[in-house]
Amino acid sequence: MSIFNWFNWKYQRGSAPVARDRLKVLLEHEGRRGVKPDLLGLLRGEIVAVICRHVTVKPENVQVKMNRGATVSTLAIDIEIPCLV
Amino acid sequence: MAKVLVVTSGKGGVGKTTSTAALGAALAQSGETVAVVDFDVGLRNLDLVMGAERRVVFDFINVIQGTVKLSQALIRDKRLDTLWLLPASQTRDKDALTADGVAKVVAQLRQKFDWVICDSPAGIERGATLAMRHADAAVIVTNPEVSSVRDSDRIIGLLDAKTEKAERGERVEKHLLITRYDPVRAGKGEMLSIEDVLEILSVPLLGVVPESQEVLRASNIGAPVTLCNASSAPARAYCDAMRRLKGENVPMTIPSDRKHLFGKLFRRRAA
Repeated sequence: MSIFNWFNWKYQRGSAPVARDRLKVLLEHEGRRGVKPDLLGLLRGEIVAVICRHVTVKPENVQVKMNRGATVSTLAIDIEIPCLV
Repeated sequence: MAKVLVVTSGKGGVGKTTSTAALGAALAQSGETVAVVDFDVGLRNLDLVMGAERRVVFDFINVIQGTVKLSQALIRDKRLDTLWLLPASQTRDKDALTADGVAKVVAQLRQKFDWVICDSPAGIERGATLAMRHADAAVIVTNPEVSSVRDSDRIIGLLDAKTEKAERGERVEKHLLITRYDPVRAGKGEMLSIEDVLEILSVPLLGVVPESQEVLRASNIGAPVTLCNASSAPARAYCDAMRRLKGENVPMTIPSDRKHLFGKLFRRRAA
């Protein structure tokens, strides 16, 4: 350790916290397990199937969107159904 | 009822083979019948770490291709009667490892042993996916270091997607084994701590194997570290991990090789 590093707070603190933070950000972004690559397609297919049991909808009128946030992700489902008279 | 365990990691050089040999020997010593299976076709090393390299006649691929019977390829350990090794082929192409062949051999091993421990090759290719394919449980070996943790995360994803259990909608029981841990460096913030790794991977901890010279010494002489020096820190860590695998409730400690001050002084004088 160079004498100049005595005054470098980050160096003194150790590099492990940096490693942890980098990994957390990276793995959140890569989104491994649980979240399958085709999760949205799967959800969309099953949602359409459930709705179709009760109402006739065109599959293209069903939109499934996912917003991935740092702490919370949200799922938005937009379904256009024919007039229910 | 046999249990099939895969020892996997994604990244190479983190201690899969060392851990397979150590856990296999520890289980066998506790009275279980154990088969350790090398899935690293072309780069086998489990035979070397177990000290059985000169006794390999037939291998896994020979059994898959029906050239020999399983019993002809299995090598009994010289130290433990209940520990057996199925070596990988060193010369064949790794495509010789077929899905059907592996399924057949694993099913046969299940009939004969209490534990079948599959030593996975590094990577996420055929060898690695076939090693985890039939697993009931997985030991994910991780070093407290960024690339190892990232690769473990990837492997955990595969365990949840590509195994027979996952395809049936069941879960492979997952255990994290942290190896080459240095408590002093982690304490100073120079190395990822156990808590950091657990928080990132969120898999239950099976054990912590400290960095130790004993591991290299054991592989030099060709003995699983649990047999080479049973009182060493890594041997105690592996024995604790083995008991947790068997379902025992063992408090989590990180064994140390470090001598007390008195021992240090004494050793220095003797040298």
